[in-house]
Amino acid sequence: MRKFLTISAGLAVMAAAAPALAQEVAEVADPSANTAYILNTLLFLIGGFLVMWMAAGFAMLEAGLVRSKNVSMQCLKNIGLYSIAGIMFWVIGYSIAYPGFEGGYFGIADFPYAMQGVGEADVETGYSVASDWFFQMVFCATTASIVSGTVAERVKVIPFFIFVFVLTGFIYPVVVSWEWGAGWLDAMGFSDFAGSTLVHSTGGWAALAGALIVGPRLGRYVGGKITVMPGSSIPLATLGTFILWLGWFGFNGASQLAMGTISDISDVSRIFVNTNMAAAAGVVVAIILTQVLYKKIDVTLALNGALAGLVSITAEPLTPSVSQALLIGGIGGAIVVFAVPLLDKLKIDDVVGAIPVHLLAGIWGTLIVPFSNTEVPFLAQLTGVVAVGVFVMLTSSIIWYAIKFTIGVRPTEEQETLGMDISEVGVEAYPEFAKG
Amino acid sequence: MKFIIAIIKPFKLDDVREALTGVGVSGMTVTEVKGFGRQKGQTEVYRGAEYTTNMVPKLKIEVACSSEVAAQAVEAIQTAAGTESIGDGKIFTLGLENAVRIRTGETGDTAI
Repeated sequence: MRKFLTISAGLAVMAAAAPALAQEVAEVADPSANTAYILNTLLFLIGGFLVMWMAAGFAMLEAGLVRSKNVSMQCLKNIGLYSIAGIMFWVIGYSIAYPGFEGGYFGIADFPYAMQGVGEADVETGYSVASDWFFQMVFCATTASIVSGTVAERVKVIPFFIFVFVLTGFIYPVVVSWEWGAGWLDAMGFSDFAGSTLVHSTGGWAALAGALIVGPRLGRYVGGKITVMPGSSIPLATLGTFILWLGWFGFNGASQLAMGTISDISDVSRIFVNTNMAAAAGVVVAIILTQVLYKKIDVTLALNGALAGLVSITAEPLTPSVSQALLIGGIGGAIVVFAVPLLDKLKIDDVVGAIPVHLLAGIWGTLIVPFSNTEVPFLAQLTGVVAVGVFVMLTSSIIWYAIKFTIGVRPTEEQETLGMDISEVGVEAYPEFAKG
Repeated sequence: MKFIIAIIKPFKLDDVREALTGVGVSGMTVTEVKGFGRQKGQTEVYRGAEYTTNMVPKLKIEVACSSEVAAQAVEAIQTAAGTESIGDGKIFTLGLENAVRIRTGETGDTAI
């Protein structure tokens, strides 16, 4: 440990002569393969539990932005989807996501995933395969979390879980196989560092399909007028956003996938900085724009601005300079401020703003990658965005329609008016309060 | 005996309580309420969509007192709750038939 401290102190001095830095790093001896294995695995574990905690962030954000009569339901959906995603990713998801092909469209390895045995460690792989599986699994859960917020307050719990079952066991893994699983998008040069498209747009498209097919909440758009349905708890929504922001350091930072060399851990650190800056810019832009447009700052859009900044930088959190990260995140924040009322005009009811935040900012973040990473061809980025959009919209729509026309997706009007805490869960989140 | 119901601005509660105890009122009941009068509520923007908050939060104060104190109590509330702006509230005075103190069974003026 002391040796590392000495090295980093030395680097700090050298940082004054920045151009020489890369050269100097190469001269520092990297740790042994065993040490690298431990450090890489540690990165997956720390990143993994940070991303796991994002499930809590989504749960609190959504609990705060739904009306008080649907809060228990939203909490139930969130803990349920996280658990279903974990099981499905072991049963079949991982095996579809990493089928072991090159340049392919669909493949499937042995399933369920053979987890490593007690005491087993293959130093050749560079990390514990169980830590890798865990890290990949929590990304899968994130994708499902995105959907629950958009279609909140009007989808029954079982139909929702069925959708999550297919999303996490099939739709998301196929998309991942195209890029991170060395499929055809990867072969054509497409780049998505931590998943602006693979995770966030996939969740966003699935949410959009749901919002279109399920329809808006009762009374939301009546006679050309928008009925505002304010959220039940701004403090919870704020806490949820901060939790997501924290989790994102795992999401982006650990997507470096290695911490066993001096240059890797340095890059992880750079990713932390860029990730934070993009979120900060998203907030500040949302604050300025809502003040200018509406004469009052909208705190919920400021929260969305943070998340849009984070999603925007996720496709490439390493190569941008700090000012580039601020620009990328700031434009993400602007996208949210303009897209939220636009969706209302189109009568697409997105309760928490997940479509602007995850889908639109995800597309923006993916397309802007060549701006800071000139090795990435723009055409490949565009192809990835379109291909994932077409595939996820198509498969999600089929599933949503299939559920709608079989067991049904919505509660009755009476149940929806009463609130799903009473009609479906039987436990009110705030029993002492009047109905919202 | 009289029964006074006053709707006041929430932040005026302490002033009103002080004024009422000053004229000899020995108890009151307070409830958080919402409603509208001439103060129609206001237009706000939530996530880019305008909406009107048509119910304004207020406090409802209920006071039972002897007929002799009632006029002073009403004046005390009016002075203490006033801000000379719209939405200061209203005071209603009703006749009160009887009052019973549950613990002792006393009735009428001695019970309040």
